[in-house]
Amino acid sequence: MIRDITIGQYYPANSILHRTDPRVKLVGTLMFIVSLFLFDTFYGYLMVTLFLASVIKMSKVPFRFIVRGLKAVIVLLLFTVTFNLFLTQGEILWQWGFLKITYEGLRLAGFMAIRLTFLILGSSLMTFTTTPNQLTDGLEKLLRPLNHIKVPVHEIAMMMSIALRFIPILLEETDKIMKAQMARGADFESGGILKRAKSLIPLLVPLFVSAFRRANDLAMAMEARCYRGGNGRTKMKPLKYSKNDYLAYTVLFLYIALVITIRILENHF
Amino acid sequence: MQIVFDNVNYIYSPGTAYERHALKNISFSIEKGEFIGLIGHTGSGKSTLIQHMNGLMKATSGHIYFNGADINAQDYKLKELRSKVGLVFQYPEHQLFETTVFKDVCFGPSNLGLDKLEIELRAYEALKMVGIGDDLLDASPFELSGGQKRRVAIAGVLAMKPEVLILDEPTAGLDPRGRDDILDQIKKLHEESDITIILVSHSMEDVAKYVDRIFVMNQGELIFNHTAKEVFSRISELEEIHLAAPQVTYVMKGLKDAGFSVPLDVTTVEEAKNVILKLLKT
Repeated sequence: MIRDITIGQYYPANSILHRTDPRVKLVGTLMFIVSLFLFDTFYGYLMVTLFLASVIKMSKVPFRFIVRGLKAVIVLLLFTVTFNLFLTQGEILWQWGFLKITYEGLRLAGFMAIRLTFLILGSSLMTFTTTPNQLTDGLEKLLRPLNHIKVPVHEIAMMMSIALRFIPILLEETDKIMKAQMARGADFESGGILKRAKSLIPLLVPLFVSAFRRANDLAMAMEARCYRGGNGRTKMKPLKYSKNDYLAYTVLFLYIALVITIRILENHF
Repeated sequence: MQIVFDNVNYIYSPGTAYERHALKNISFSIEKGEFIGLIGHTGSGKSTLIQHMNGLMKATSGHIYFNGADINAQDYKLKELRSKVGLVFQYPEHQLFETTVFKDVCFGPSNLGLDKLEIELRAYEALKMVGIGDDLLDASPFELSGGQKRRVAIAGVLAMKPEVLILDEPTAGLDPRGRDDILDQIKKLHEESDITIILVSHSMEDVAKYVDRIFVMNQGELIFNHTAKEVFSRISELEEIHLAAPQVTYVMKGLKDAGFSVPLDVTTVEEAKNVILKLLKT
């Protein structure tokens, strides 16, 4: 049940995308998200779809596995689509009482749905192909210049990596606690909102207790190994760009340039 | 036959890189009132197996029957099954949540829709059965020692008056005294009521001393389903899968190898003492 949530998980495989430097993937994801909001016509859409499809193909992560992550946001997706569909002003196609569907609304809702879906697919692809450690290493290195304006980059990266590391642990813990309480006859699925909210207490109390205990243990373990922040800290595997990474950067810049060109061309003609 | 497994298979995350065949063609039956020991290494499928018994996990293929009814049938009431097949997980921290020990034990029976008096009576009885005294009833479950927490967790399931009690490593992390206390209490419980008990453990000594029958799991397969004596007399087969017989069994084997005529199926210290005394007298 709860294990179905695949957002933020790592999927082990041996692909070019897995071997790419995390910095490239971070920058790439950012560019991809920007590109999503640049297109608003068919050709732009085609371009972005082609790009996403080829990256998914390269990642060797099964498509079924990636799509499963969408289940978690289906409510948000429906919500956005419904609002865009009914509340956009324009040329009326269908009307019933105060509800009306316009041509503009239909278009906007369609694009919004595509954008959100792609946004989630694209960003979950990054976490599927990058371990949390690589991700934070990449982020730390990318944000290093901010150190000069007194931003505690290392600390932020460390917090992020711990938070990411704890997601699967806490999910598993939740699963175990749910099972332990279900074995005592707890019912998390039926009843009204109030009853369901109340039924979460036997789940949340042990979960919080365990999260605090784990945090405490981790702090102790870090201190026992003399952790004292980022000053003078070296890495066992320092990040280094390879030839493939420069190639990936080139492809990314070409992609974003192309999307921008399409956008400009369409606006002018 | 109370519990029957018929060719049960379970596969984790089929079709992904995490795919794992956790149960392979498991078939067995358990009679009412039996005391079963389930042993195997971490990852051998023990926990997966017991979670199938009360319907927390659903078999990928095969059938499971409880008192003759197929528990995976459409109209089978899983909630009712869970009150009859009580499962106590390894970590009591996963289930204790109330403000007092007594209230926590009441959680199980109150989910059965009983009236308040009955709930409290059952909770009190269950706590007595596991040896928790009146002085701890109002304590916070988070302040207890490891052994006490485990007892309260067991009581929390016992209060539902299950027909089958499954205990997942009830002695993990306890000192030898705490371990013996808990196991003796379980043995007593088994003798006093006609409850079926399934004890999951990887300590051979524990299992040998208490159970009628031993199930040995290895890499998802049920490789032994025999009495303790039979299982432990096959030391070499056990060693092949890196499990060991109780220490006294090795003593007996040593004596036999040295030329004494002793039986190999001795599994408890008490039996071994008698055998050696008899040997000395002749």
